[in-house]
Amino acid sequence: MIAPTLIFGWGNPSRGDDALGPLFVEHFTALAALHPEWGELEFLTDFQLQVEHALDLQGRRRVLFVDASLDATPPCSLVRIEAERDASFTTHAMSPQAVLKVYADIDEGEAPPCWLLAIRGERFELGEPLTEAAQQSLQAALQLAADWIAAG
Amino acid sequence: MTFELETAISPEKLRRVAIDPVSRVEGHGKVTILLDDDNKVHQVRLHIVEFRGFEKFIQGRPYWEVPVMVQRLCGICPVSHHLAASKALDMMMGVKQLTPTAEKIRRLMHAGQILQSHALHFFHLSSPDLLFGFGSDVAARNIVGVIAAHPEIAKKGVLLRKYGQEVIRMTAGKRVHGTGSVPGGVNKSLSAEERAELLKDAYQMVAWSRDAVGLIRQLFEQNLTEYNRFGRFRSAGMCLVAADGSMDLYHGGLRARDADGNTMFDHFDYSRYWDVIGEDVKPWSYMKFPFFKSLGPEDGSYRVGPLTRVTHCDSIPTPLADKEREAFVAFDGGSSAGATLGYHWARMIEMLHAAECIKDLLHDDDIIGHDLMATGQRQERGVGVIEAPRGTLIHHYRVDENDQVIRANLIVSTTHNNQAMNTAVREVAKQYLDGVEITEGLLNHIEIAIRAFDPCLSCATHALGQMPLEVAIVGADGNVIDEATRDHRGLTRLVS
Repeated sequence: MIAPTLIFGWGNPSRGDDALGPLFVEHFTALAALHPEWGELEFLTDFQLQVEHALDLQGRRRVLFVDASLDATPPCSLVRIEAERDASFTTHAMSPQAVLKVYADIDEGEAPPCWLLAIRGERFELGEPLTEAAQQSLQAALQLAADWIAAG
Repeated sequence: MTFELETAISPEKLRRVAIDPVSRVEGHGKVTILLDDDNKVHQVRLHIVEFRGFEKFIQGRPYWEVPVMVQRLCGICPVSHHLAASKALDMMMGVKQLTPTAEKIRRLMHAGQILQSHALHFFHLSSPDLLFGFGSDVAARNIVGVIAAHPEIAKKGVLLRKYGQEVIRMTAGKRVHGTGSVPGGVNKSLSAEERAELLKDAYQMVAWSRDAVGLIRQLFEQNLTEYNRFGRFRSAGMCLVAADGSMDLYHGGLRARDADGNTMFDHFDYSRYWDVIGEDVKPWSYMKFPFFKSLGPEDGSYRVGPLTRVTHCDSIPTPLADKEREAFVAFDGGSSAGATLGYHWARMIEMLHAAECIKDLLHDDDIIGHDLMATGQRQERGVGVIEAPRGTLIHHYRVDENDQVIRANLIVSTTHNNQAMNTAVREVAKQYLDGVEITEGLLNHIEIAIRAFDPCLSCATHALGQMPLEVAIVGADGNVIDEATRDHRGLTRLVS
């Protein structure tokens, strides 16, 4: 049985604020245990988004992607995303929009509704802890996601 | 000593073109090119952010944490670090022989890593160049473009990668940050259900991997002259081989051959790698330049990775991959086996080998065994070496009486290939850029040479909006003449 809601956070837990994605998933998993009314959720984490993650979207009703962002307006932003022909050359990691496009292009049909929760990060060095600002942003992101879940 | 095109005589009189960062390469790499007024190339350098922070990250940790923690060094091949660290700590624990179940589970995990990494590189990162052409439309030259034009090829790439990740998940216990391999063995084997689940698709993965070898061969046949000469240079090489000289990506002795193919050392015990390998430094790069000590830093550079492994081994111990190896080294009189783009062909042969290994191991009852751990007499240091997807990976630790790591030295595949990649981009610069107006398509040729090595320049740091490609042409007076930025929306020219 595939959980209708997928929450997918990514980033490297040992690289400063890059840990925001997986940390969000860790905290939100604990929060969800207190809210059975949110229904069945599945939580996944990874270092980076890649092509095979398109297959994790199969059978979902909605998906929330969560990542650290240098561009997000502090503390975080939540936006609906669509499949996009992404011309990025610049990293091994794909954008969530490109993952949605892969989903469609490998004959899986239209991707389920997806949102991106971008949490503002500041520093991303190996071995650094989460910055204080990122910790505060994480709390705001958890509240925003709780509202999103509750809104159905 | 500097190599041809490494250092210009009067750099202050030249203009500078920078590719910063190099795209579809993990981490932050930068290429700088110095040109005179007639666009003649005088200097080309690939600069790479070094991994020196890694050792500090590891020091002071309890040794048993290391195989899990080092996975955070790299989001691209965490399993390679997981296994190399485990092997080093096997030695530190005095374990000379793992139980059959432990060794086969680790080999299975490693084969899953090779399969998924090579699939990603070929289908995702390199196929856009190869299928559309080196100077093709920048908007199409990415994996989404490949999917649009070649949906079946792209879908196979996705599913091969997914299968490799599933092998890792079942052997390592988790999808990421797996804990399966531990000093002295493994902490889980496969259940009968997991084995059956993986077996369902194992033969399909072998078949698709064969198709991939056929595809890269076809691309060579269609573009033989260009592929064979692209960034070509003579080089020594090094890899692990099994006791019988066959390919072994998990364990063996070190084999090195010079550029003429003469054996320099063979079945060398890697636990004393420093007897044969030194590390040179250059003032313009953060990354070290390893060399064979017997040849010295000036002549002792070498390359590692799929091309070296496939051409240096005497055979491959799985039949389909061995047949493809024979065809590769014989193709066009052996010319493609010395080509920089031969890395792609060799990589697909290894992917086929990995798929065959997975299939064979899944039929071996040891993988569902329960004898997981071995013990031995504690040592103060350990060295572990594996052939990671990109090449030889060395982990070396010293542990004190409190079980804390007090020293760590890692030589990753990309460091071994540092000089080789610099040589390749200089060859490409001579072939394609010298005396002509620089275009984005021509700059992509430089990147194609780098991508052939599949370098991993850094680790999993990323964030939305990071890492655009910036190209700047700076005049002799220091003013920017032309500048372009390429981001996830494509190429945007800013100044012209």
